[in-house]
Amino acid sequence: MKSKPDEYGKYGTYGGKFAPEVLMSALEELEAVFNSFYNDESFTEELDNLLRTYAGRPTSLYFAKNLSEMSGARIYLKREDLVHGGAHKLNNTLGQCLLAKRMVKKRIIAETGAGQHGVATAMAAAVLGLECEIYMGTEDIERQKLNVFRMELLGAKVNPVDSGSKTLKDAINESMRDWVTNVENTYYLIGSVVGPHPYPLIVREFQRVIGKETKEQVLETEGRLPDTIIACVGGGSNAMGIFYDFLEDKEVELIGVEAAGKGLETGEHGASICAGTEGVLHGMYSKLLQDEDGQIKQSYSFAAGLDYPGVGPELAYLADSGRVRMNSVTDEETLRAFELLSRKEGIIPALESAHAIHFAIEEAKAAKEQKNSLIVVNLSGRGDKDIFVVEGVLGDK
Amino acid sequence: MSLENKFKELEKKNEKALIGFITAGYPTAEETSKIADALTKGGVDILELGLPFSDPIADGITIQRASESSLNAGMNPDLYFNVAAGIKGVEKVCLTYYNLVLQRGLEQFVNDCESAEIKGLIVPDLPVEESKPLLKICKGYETNLIFLIAPTTTEKRMAKILDVASGFIYVVSLLGVTGAREKLSDTIRPLIGGIKEMELSRDKHVPLAVGFGISKREHVRTVCEVADGAIVGSAFIRIVEEGLGSEENMLREVETFAKSLKKETKIV
Repeated sequence: MKSKPDEYGKYGTYGGKFAPEVLMSALEELEAVFNSFYNDESFTEELDNLLRTYAGRPTSLYFAKNLSEMSGARIYLKREDLVHGGAHKLNNTLGQCLLAKRMVKKRIIAETGAGQHGVATAMAAAVLGLECEIYMGTEDIERQKLNVFRMELLGAKVNPVDSGSKTLKDAINESMRDWVTNVENTYYLIGSVVGPHPYPLIVREFQRVIGKETKEQVLETEGRLPDTIIACVGGGSNAMGIFYDFLEDKEVELIGVEAAGKGLETGEHGASICAGTEGVLHGMYSKLLQDEDGQIKQSYSFAAGLDYPGVGPELAYLADSGRVRMNSVTDEETLRAFELLSRKEGIIPALESAHAIHFAIEEAKAAKEQKNSLIVVNLSGRGDKDIFVVEGVLGDK
Repeated sequence: MSLENKFKELEKKNEKALIGFITAGYPTAEETSKIADALTKGGVDILELGLPFSDPIADGITIQRASESSLNAGMNPDLYFNVAAGIKGVEKVCLTYYNLVLQRGLEQFVNDCESAEIKGLIVPDLPVEESKPLLKICKGYETNLIFLIAPTTTEKRMAKILDVASGFIYVVSLLGVTGAREKLSDTIRPLIGGIKEMELSRDKHVPLAVGFGISKREHVRTVCEVADGAIVGSAFIRIVEEGLGSEENMLREVETFAKSLKKETKIV
């Protein structure tokens, strides 16, 4: 059941191109360029080479022995935290910056929430000699000062966004406004599987490397496919990246974990699929957090990368179809998993990824009777960026 | 009167249309009606009344601020249609983003437009490819779905848009978001020329109104030399925003400014 968008960029009813007229021809051009280069040997060679020698791929599939012993399943971690920059984000930014170069667009703009996509964009732009400007909500700038400094060191200009909720959603709005204005010389590098078609497709394709490697690695070490693959879901790029090459392997259960924040019942969360409704935001038809009039609600999660009131359309489609099972995990549960992984495995996970870790442990416990249950968790990023957030939360206790 | 008839009526008087945009509920729902009256007295032919959305990606800072303030003051679609229905003596069109139309239900939204005597609906994030469902519903009502054409619109897309356009075409004068600009974009003439040529070859004439960045008398004059109307939004909202010390002063300034712009739409 591989999901392929139709000619309008739709996955079932989700997706599409709900963009201002000014951008429509740029989106058409992007789609054409992507289609021609993605199958072009010199393009894939250049990208593969960068992924290998610059980003540090393939990342390892690590058997988390201590976590496994504790929980009763065999738990593997796909170590995207080891990608240069500290998260899976660079897989996509290298791919898209190469596209931008082929399109002769010298200026790259991007939005960022936690700052990981901003950093990864700044890195890719620096190494490929492109100008780079990043839009970031002032609330996120406050939460993720370290990443702001990193972006600036990497030569990017960080533009603070003070409108709306001052987070990722507003950074996307502002990036789209910039793109509308500078579409002729600027490439808008979206960081997740969201936005108007063809972005959800492009980002998923550049992140698919995670799932491809995982499949090879797990077959090599275990001689079989995993029972379950678990990934956290904000916009959904690390989840789509690891899920996609397993979609047709029906025996592999795919689980996405959204941010339940302070609890779904409080309304303060980022769980667009678990608790949202259908609508249009940022150029796509998807599941959103919104009020009954259609005004977008503020999302909440202490993991900035999951603090987004929408989700990728393909993931919304796969969740509806039942192929991907969606769940949510609160801040508090996440914090326990964050500490646990740090102490048991010596890995400080990104708060985003710690959502998936928590759910994996729960799954492992639930599957205790079935011996040798095999779980792969996408450890999408490392937690260095989060230590001050965690310090703040722990300090409050 | 239908929008196309409005343009015809103006043409007979050797005039082009002055289209004024304001955000409903900014600064309050009551003041919206008064500002609309001031615009009408000032000679605005078509009033574009914005129903604010939380995430207006096509709008610049002036309309963003007005939208946010209006929503904070409690504007919502029910209230919007009440306010709109109360505004008389001017042709009205609604500008909003697609999600608000979608959540109310396409049919309900268009039905509410018609009940409030709103003659057109502009949805800047609904390109022609995605417009079929709404277009189908609009056909059963007197409300036209207004499409936008931008400097980056390819000929192929322009043809698709002309096929379904009615009321008027909103010609985006520049690459960018809404907001007052010092200079008028020089892409307008060739862009209008291109659309007219295609209209001629297809023997279909939908009036062309130019918006985005039009804020001065000379802008309106230049636009009206080539197009059928000029759309002014942020420049009016700025006056409302400034407030000018009292509501009375603000309303007087809105009317005076509208009058000064309206003069420029008359062909001498």
